[in-house]
Amino acid sequence: MADLTTEFLGIKSPNPFWLASAPPTDKEYNVRRAFEAGWGGVVWKTLGAEGPPVVNVNGPRYGAIWGADRRLLGLNNIELITDRPLEVNLEEMTRVKKDYPDRALIASIMVPCEEEAWKKILPRVAETNADGIELNFGCPHGMAERGMGSAVGQVPDYIQMVTEWCKQYYDRPVIVKLTPNITDIRHPARAAQAGNADAVSLINTINSITSVDLDNMAPEPTIGGKGSHGGYCGPAVKPIALNMVAEIARDPATAGLPISAIGGVTTWKDAAEFIALGAGNVQVCTAAMTYGFKVVEEMISGLSHWMDEKGYTSIEDFRGMATPNVTDWQYLDLNYVAKAKINQDDCIKCGRCFAACEDTSHQAIAMSEDRTFTVKDDECVACNLCVNVCPVEGCITMEEVPAGQLDQRTGEVVSDEYANWTTHPNNPSAVAGE
Amino acid sequence: MATSHQASGIKSGRLSSVDIAENFGDLHAPYDAHEAAVAADRCYFCFDAPCMTACPTSIDIPQFIREIQAGHAESAAKTILDQNILGGMCARVCPTETLCEEACVREAAEGKPVEIGRLQRFATDTVMEKGIHPFTRAEATGKTVAVVGAGPAGLAAAHRLAMKGHDVVVFEYKSKAGGLNEFGIAAYKSTNDFAGREVEWLMQIGGITVEYDKGFGKGLTLDGLKAEYDAVFLSIGLAGVNALRAAGEDKDGVRDAVDFIEDVRQADDLSALPVGRNVVVIGGGMTAVDAAVQSKLLGAENVTIAYRRDRDAMGASRFEQDLAASKGVKLMFNVMPKEIIGNGAAAEIELEYTDIVEGRVTGTGETTRLAADQVFKAIGQTLEGAPQELAIEGGKIQVNDAGRTSIAGVWAGGDCASGGEDLTVTAVAEGRDAAEDIHKSLMA
Repeated sequence: MADLTTEFLGIKSPNPFWLASAPPTDKEYNVRRAFEAGWGGVVWKTLGAEGPPVVNVNGPRYGAIWGADRRLLGLNNIELITDRPLEVNLEEMTRVKKDYPDRALIASIMVPCEEEAWKKILPRVAETNADGIELNFGCPHGMAERGMGSAVGQVPDYIQMVTEWCKQYYDRPVIVKLTPNITDIRHPARAAQAGNADAVSLINTINSITSVDLDNMAPEPTIGGKGSHGGYCGPAVKPIALNMVAEIARDPATAGLPISAIGGVTTWKDAAEFIALGAGNVQVCTAAMTYGFKVVEEMISGLSHWMDEKGYTSIEDFRGMATPNVTDWQYLDLNYVAKAKINQDDCIKCGRCFAACEDTSHQAIAMSEDRTFTVKDDECVACNLCVNVCPVEGCITMEEVPAGQLDQRTGEVVSDEYANWTTHPNNPSAVAGE
Repeated sequence: MATSHQASGIKSGRLSSVDIAENFGDLHAPYDAHEAAVAADRCYFCFDAPCMTACPTSIDIPQFIREIQAGHAESAAKTILDQNILGGMCARVCPTETLCEEACVREAAEGKPVEIGRLQRFATDTVMEKGIHPFTRAEATGKTVAVVGAGPAGLAAAHRLAMKGHDVVVFEYKSKAGGLNEFGIAAYKSTNDFAGREVEWLMQIGGITVEYDKGFGKGLTLDGLKAEYDAVFLSIGLAGVNALRAAGEDKDGVRDAVDFIEDVRQADDLSALPVGRNVVVIGGGMTAVDAAVQSKLLGAENVTIAYRRDRDAMGASRFEQDLAASKGVKLMFNVMPKEIIGNGAAAEIELEYTDIVEGRVTGTGETTRLAADQVFKAIGQTLEGAPQELAIEGGKIQVNDAGRTSIAGVWAGGDCASGGEDLTVTAVAEGRDAAEDIHKSLMA
């Protein structure tokens, strides 16, 4: 059986599944339940400065979108950082860490962008014996209006500055949690690295309005007739998170910077994908909020089953293996040619591929009177839309046209040479091929 | 004295009223909104959808299911009713397993089609429960049309004609409208007087008058109608019943299944409705299944459907056969009635085994006897009372694709007319299409 033990920044945990800093980790009661359920670690819900805690709205804090049978696909929240006193949280963290020494416990922190504020809270956190801290530069709602959370994460200089303070006043690992509400994730990651961060974690939630109540003409969730954008998370954001993780992992400036991946992790497979792109572990929130802490059991069994099948004995065996295959569009091989192929035995004759191709793509699928659908190789550009809209998995496949064969669409023989846009004659700034 | 389950002869009260009420509940419970959304989500929105082609009324099924999916069942209902004004009843009684749901690509893929019938019911129930009638009449044309027979074909034709602005008089032989929807369909498919409520809802279009207890042989003649109205539409159904041609057919306890089904549908108190202890139904169609199942639901101890050919030849769909079997009805194939035995009243039936020789049912000589205090004949209905001057084809009134009979100004549709299966949905399509043709010829 594969060993799921993870060592991230020297912090050991029995598996790579941590609960993200969020409502599920707001207090001792929940965190103890999480550890009993098998979670490898917990990032405690964000602590604020000492003094009267923040207050939350007393109306709905969450909004959602759903798929069939009300499967929750995306969740949005406008909850702020912990609304319980700092002292209470610190006492609880101390107790929990003492009782669960084998689990990771990280303190998430968000205090004003002033050196004094950080200098003051860090020793208090250190006393809890937490394994490290995570700087919450990500929450896009509420706190950002007060100059914290994503307001910091959107300014690389601030990220670097605060990270430096933390490295100065705290001697355990410092993880910088990034906001996706920026144009290029590499800049805040580089800033974190420049500030000597031990790792980055991402993504935090995305600015969002989940829906509009058309009777009251108000955004959801609605509090007294008004709504405010919240932070979006859950399965729907995973593709965005995968890309941002990959961008940091393959950026020469930050390559090798440890990453704790967050964003829609729902099953083992999501976690494996993030790890394949270079993440050292994953953080989960929405899946736990939707189904309860028990979901970690499937993540553990699924990941370990898959690793056994592949012959991986530890996370490190496959971590980052997909990163080198993430490239820029300009380097994609333009001599690679594929054609869609419809397996007639699997086809159920719904015609969705036909409608999609005929109406919205390249008119490359023929429909016969008896509803047999076939690909016209002389029209097919291998766009993959038919594969994506086909309700039968595996029925339509993209088949590579081997080098030496004729591409019926272009009338040219497929070349076995690699050629990309940088050298293409149509590219005005092409460099001459060698 | 209370009669028990086992009492011989034809008796009422074999089961308690509570059990009977439960037995005659909805065959398919209606969807609630969430169930409908989940069921609708299974639809793939096929291109040129096979389900739509399979529907005799060509309802745009993917469209109405998408409307349910998107949360506006009322538009879905309009999509259905535009094509099939009796979409509510068809949702309940259509043999969807041989029509739209058989054609559904998910049937081919998984053996589990989208439940189109139940979704159709969800949509149509929604508008009917709200009392919405989403159609209005066109400006009056001053033309009048007589419709003979207030069954599905007649009602569909009357509605379409009234909508086009014509004045319609519907003549109904019985004292209630609805035809087979009202009298001839198993009670568990049309609960809470759905057939009656649907007729009432349909009449909201206006411009339709119904005159009851009138028909051919009951005050009407084709010549009279032709003289008085601008057009005539005949939808008189099949009023005759085939004879068994077995000895003892005249004994007490032997009757037409359609009459029994009508009794069940019209009964105010089903526990007062008598049924045999040992019931044998002769036939293999939907009527046979409806009679057999309802006998069982009333508390008959042994119910057998005796059919002269094999299972595959049976008119009732496999779904209907399985439904009967699940209720405890025994299905016997390749047997035909030879004699009904009993002293005045039926007590036993002798059946002869059959072979199919060159397509014809032939007795093998081997016989068997079943206890039978009640025997239902369900071997088909025949045209009866059609005006003599009409051309007949295959035992039915000859019509062309537009429903025109051999006589100018006279159209026909539904079971009495040639072509198409004898189904509610087919009758609706024929009534609707004839109405369109009548309209075209009246306005020409």
